[in-house]
Amino acid sequence: MTRPKRIAGTIAHRTAILAYIVFALFPLYWLLKVSVTPNDLLYSEGVLLWPSRASIEHYLFVLEHSDFPRFFRNSVIVSGSTAFIVTILASCAGYALSRFTFRGKYWIVALMLLTQMFPLVMLVAPIFKMLSPLGLTNSLTGLVIVYVAFNVPFATFLMQSFFDGIPKDLEEAAMIDGATRFRAFSQIILPLTLPGIAATLGFVFTAAWSELLFALMLISSSGVSTFPVGLLSFVSKFSVDFGQMMAAGVLALIPACLFFLFIQRYLVQGLTAGAVKG
Amino acid sequence: MASIDIAEIRKAYGPVHVLHGIDLSIRDGEFVVLVGPSGCGKSTLLRMIAGLEEISAGEIRIDGRRVNDLEPKDRDIAMVFQSYALYPHMTVAENMSYSLRLRRTTRERIAAAISGAAAKLGLDTLMERRPRALSGGQRQRVAMGRAIVRAPKAFLFDEPLSNLDARLREQMRGEIKKLHQSLGATSIYVTHDQIEAMTLADRIVAMNSGIVQQVGSPLDLYDRPANLFVAGFIGSPAMNMFDGTYRANGAGPAIEVAEGTRISLQRQYQVADGARVTIGIRPEHIPVGAAAEPGISAKVELVEPTGFGTILHVRPFGTTLKAFTINRDATASDAVTIRLPAERLHLFDAQGGQRLA
Repeated sequence: MTRPKRIAGTIAHRTAILAYIVFALFPLYWLLKVSVTPNDLLYSEGVLLWPSRASIEHYLFVLEHSDFPRFFRNSVIVSGSTAFIVTILASCAGYALSRFTFRGKYWIVALMLLTQMFPLVMLVAPIFKMLSPLGLTNSLTGLVIVYVAFNVPFATFLMQSFFDGIPKDLEEAAMIDGATRFRAFSQIILPLTLPGIAATLGFVFTAAWSELLFALMLISSSGVSTFPVGLLSFVSKFSVDFGQMMAAGVLALIPACLFFLFIQRYLVQGLTAGAVKG
Repeated sequence: MASIDIAEIRKAYGPVHVLHGIDLSIRDGEFVVLVGPSGCGKSTLLRMIAGLEEISAGEIRIDGRRVNDLEPKDRDIAMVFQSYALYPHMTVAENMSYSLRLRRTTRERIAAAISGAAAKLGLDTLMERRPRALSGGQRQRVAMGRAIVRAPKAFLFDEPLSNLDARLREQMRGEIKKLHQSLGATSIYVTHDQIEAMTLADRIVAMNSGIVQQVGSPLDLYDRPANLFVAGFIGSPAMNMFDGTYRANGAGPAIEVAEGTRISLQRQYQVADGARVTIGIRPEHIPVGAAAEPGISAKVELVEPTGFGTILHVRPFGTTLKAFTINRDATASDAVTIRLPAERLHLFDAQGGQRLA
C-alpha cells in the first residue's frame, strides 16, 4: 500500500473507533449531565450539552434524604456474595468439565445449557412459590440464591474455556514433579487462570448489580431492596425526579467501575505465554 | 536409577485397543528409544510408565516395585514433555526447584542441585528469567534441567526435540546423549524420528499399531529388520522394496523379478519354490556404474543431490529404485547399470511381511 493510502486507512479506522466510543458513551454522558442540572433548568435547557448552571443538589438529596444508601449497601452485599460464590462453584465445575471424563457429563452439560434457554419471566412465579414457604422472599439471601443459580451455568462454561486454554501438560508435569492433583491445580493452574477468574467475577458482579426483574418480584420491603429497584422509587404517580434518579445512577456506576479497575490487571491476557512451544 | 519391567501391558479406550500386550525389560542405566509412526501407541506406553494413563491390563515394575496403582508423584520418575510444559508464572530457577520444594528439601541442597544442573546445561545466566523470555532451545534445556535436579530413578522423554528446528535438534540430540553418558540414568525416549532413535539408543523398540515389531540395538534393526515395517521405517532414504518370485531350483537359488530379470542369491531361504517374496535393499547398498559395466541396465529418472552424496531414482525393471552414491556425475535420463549384491538383500514373506530366514 502507498503511504497516503495507508494514512487514509488509519484515519478512517480511528474515526470509526471514535464514532463508536461516542455512540457508546453518550448515554452515560447524558446521565451525568442530567444529574447536575438543577430542576428549574431541566426542561428549559433540555437539549443543551451542558446546563448554564451546574449543581450537586441532587447528589446531596440522594445521599442525605433518600433510602438510596441502604439500597446501595444491599446491592453490594448481594452482588459481591453472588460473584464470590458463583466464581468458586464455576471454577470447580469448569475444571471438572475441562479435565475429566465422567459418567453423565454430556447430560450435565446439556441440562446446564437448557437452563439458559428459558425467558426468566416464565420462572418468576414458580421461584416465588418455592422461596415463599422457605421464608426466602423479601430477603437478600433468597436473592443471592436465585442469582447464583442463574449465573453458575454460564460462568461454568466461561471458566471451562479458560481451563481448556491451559495445557494439560502443565499439571501433568507438576504431578510428575511430586504434586497431588489438588496441589497442581492450586499452585500451577489457578495462578494461570487469574484472568479467567477476574473475568468471571466481573461478569457475574455486573449481572447481579443491574438485575431488576427478580429483585422487583421477590422483594417488597424497601429495607432489603437493591438499587435497581430503588431507582424506581424516584418515579412517582405524577412525576419523575429525573435529576435525583440520574444522580443515583451515577453513584451506582461507581462500584462497578472500581471493581473493574481492581480486576483489570488480571484481565490482561498472555500470562501463559512461554509455557509450551511457541 | 532403576530397571523398568513391563509385562503384558494393554491399553484400551472403551472398545478401541491401542496397546496389545507389550513386554519389555529395561536394564538399569539403559537408554531405550520407543520409535514408530504417530498413533502407534509409543506415547501412551510412556505415559503409562509415568502414571499419567491408567493401565488396562498387565504390570509395570520400577526397580522391582509394582507401580500400577501408584500416583505419578510416588513413582520417582522425571519426564520431559514435547511442549516442555514449563510453569509460565515461575522463573527458571523456580521451575527447576519446584519438585525439590515439594519434597521439602533444604534450601542449601536446592541451591546446590539447581546450580549444578544449570552449569551442566549452560543455564547459569538465565535463572531469573520467565519461560516466555527464553528461546525454544533454552526452554528445552530448562525442561531437562527440571528433570535432572531430582536425580530420579528414570527419565522419560516424550518427543522432546520435535518443536526445535533441524540444527538445534541435532545439537540437543548430542547434548542428551552426553547427559546420559555423564548421568548414566535409565532413560526411555519416545520419538517418531528414526535418526534420533538410531543415534541415541542403546536399544530401539520399534512399534506399530500398538504392537512391538522389533527390539534390538540400532544396528541390529538396520542390518536385520524383522519385518517389512521395520525395514521401511529405519533408514533414510528408506529401503527399496519390490516383489519377486523365489526360485530354489535351476542354477542355484534366485529371485525372478519382472521382465525375466533374475537375481542370484547366495544361499537357500526357508521358503517354497515359486513363492512370492518381497525383496528389500537399502539405497546405499546399490552400486551404480557406467552403462558398459556388468549388471542390470537402468535409466536415471531423477537426481536428488544432498551435498554429501546423491540419491538417484533409477528404473531397472518395472519399478523405481533409489540408489545412494557419492558419485556426483549422473544426470537425469543417463543410462547406467546397477547391481543388487546378494549379501545386501533382505527377503520378506510377501503376505505376512516377516523376514525370511
